[in-house]
Amino acid sequence: MTEDIKLNSAAFPKAKPQKKKKIKLSRVLFLFFALLVLVTFAALFLFPTVFTVTNSFMSTTEISANYGKIFTGLGTSGGGRVFIAEKVNLQLIPDKVSFSQYATVLFKSPEYLIKFWNSMIYVLPIVIFQLVVAAGASYTFARANTKFRSIVFFAYIILMLMPYQVTLVPNYLVINKMNLLNTRWAIILPGVFSPFSVFILTKYMKRIPKSIIEAAELDGASEIRIFWSIFMPLCKSTLYSVAILVFIDYWNMVEQPLILLTDQELYPLSVFLSKINEGDTGIALAIAVIYMVPPVLLFLYSEDYLIDGIAYSSSVTG
Amino acid sequence: MKKKKMIAAGGNEISPTPAKPLKEKRLTKRELIERALTLPFMLPSFLGVMLFFILPFLVVIYYSVIDSTSTANFVGLDNFIKLFNNSAFKLALKNTGIFSLTAVPLVVILSLALAVLLDTNIPYKSTFRTIFLSPMIVPAASVILIWQVLFDYNGVINDITALFGVSPVEWLKSDYGYMVVVLLFLWKNIGYNMIMFMSALSAVPKGIIEVAMLDGCGAVRRFFMIKMRYLASTISFVTIMSLINSFKVFREVYLLTGNYPYDSMYTLQHFMNNTFSNFEYQKLSSAAVVLCLIMIVIIGILLWVDNHLGKGIEE
Repeated sequence: MTEDIKLNSAAFPKAKPQKKKKIKLSRVLFLFFALLVLVTFAALFLFPTVFTVTNSFMSTTEISANYGKIFTGLGTSGGGRVFIAEKVNLQLIPDKVSFSQYATVLFKSPEYLIKFWNSMIYVLPIVIFQLVVAAGASYTFARANTKFRSIVFFAYIILMLMPYQVTLVPNYLVINKMNLLNTRWAIILPGVFSPFSVFILTKYMKRIPKSIIEAAELDGASEIRIFWSIFMPLCKSTLYSVAILVFIDYWNMVEQPLILLTDQELYPLSVFLSKINEGDTGIALAIAVIYMVPPVLLFLYSEDYLIDGIAYSSSVTG
Repeated sequence: MKKKKMIAAGGNEISPTPAKPLKEKRLTKRELIERALTLPFMLPSFLGVMLFFILPFLVVIYYSVIDSTSTANFVGLDNFIKLFNNSAFKLALKNTGIFSLTAVPLVVILSLALAVLLDTNIPYKSTFRTIFLSPMIVPAASVILIWQVLFDYNGVINDITALFGVSPVEWLKSDYGYMVVVLLFLWKNIGYNMIMFMSALSAVPKGIIEVAMLDGCGAVRRFFMIKMRYLASTISFVTIMSLINSFKVFREVYLLTGNYPYDSMYTLQHFMNNTFSNFEYQKLSSAAVVLCLIMIVIIGILLWVDNHLGKGIEE
């Protein structure tokens, strides 16, 4: 609509109306193609999530009819004869909206909810304590740039960039020595000391103007006071964005539980979900949607913080 | 980062103003106390990192050069030679290497392209941004069922290709599995990278762009001659992050196909998992050391490139 108004106003000056119109035309063309590309990508990006959500409202019979060809356990579990379509039928809207899958998950078989709770037990302490530990370390790194500190900080960066294939082996050795394998601590302890949040927080804290700190020092503020009353309030939004990034990362974890836990009862839902896919597709869909809820809620409430957090992490230097 | 600072410090030493050295000396005394006082804040993190990562990694290095944990004879590089003769490790290394080499450039280019598109005057910018970021938020495990429905032999993708007369393909049980994994990786990672590029693009000084426009510099030239120079360090960082994330694609593969996937999808993490379950410490340790060395070389190269490209802006 604004486009039309601009086109009209462009026609008024008589000096060079033709040239202006030409630019506008190319712009319209550009907009058309750009939007076409973006909309196509957006559809592809949303598609798996949207289908998971809508399909979770299908009844068990509808799910077996649609996907029975793939998930073979389906036909037998019902006992009686079940209709299975020849072709797999991916359907966006359920024929009949049903909450039966959710009812099963929430009331009839609580084992799935226990796994959901497991995820919470792992992720919340990791997020909270990783932030506490990291805030202190970043304070040290940000306050002075000595040789020792820059070497340690560089080591933190390298460590942050190491894949699990490297870091999980030392983790395993220590946790084995401490006799903590197959306990919740095996997941939580290494998570707390992950250097990722130190990296982002340090980068942010280094931007805090020295003059503020000097003023506080002249007033006789102790280091703890400077940390708590100056740095922490100024870092509030960054702490929040780091918390979201860490939450998302650990909510998704698969590698660590597979190696550090042997008891399936202790698995977080992220690992356990792949195990219920066979047979109980409907329930898997419902619990998958429930599993999405915490990160999605976090995201909707705090998208801007998340984006800031990603932006802060966007270069090693500077 | 260190390099730049050292150059700056060196510059000061060569041409000191007469007033400066005195002032600096007075400051250092106060600074020394201050530095000592700020050090304890690091302690918990430092100890934790030492305990869970650095010290045990030294043990890992030790394990990689002995024959077994009970006898502990020094065997030099034997474990490494054995590792490189291990067909599972070679397969895993090859798969991960090929995967990273194709998926990482693809994800960098695609996310940069999307960021550039969103950087122009386009309506619904923030809606698109949210949508592209959504796969990062949604747990991989949650949408895995839909991927299975798509790529099964009886699945949707084969139905679609059948419309064009293509015969159906066992996506997850053939060499095509590798393509599925690349798609999953792109889907998951484009949003995160795009945000990094968008923030770098918005940091390009508007003045320079305007001057270039006045000089009649076209959009394409503007992008390659000006914006690219500001993006250089972000590109190298995004490449590093994508590389790290390409090692994490195991998640999706594991959720899709379990611990023993088709050969083309057998990643390094599968190798590690299966070695863990057999308690083969020597194999594990030498694999971890090899990977660590590979990563250090790659990160080193990228940081070096970053340092060299970054200079262009400051001059």
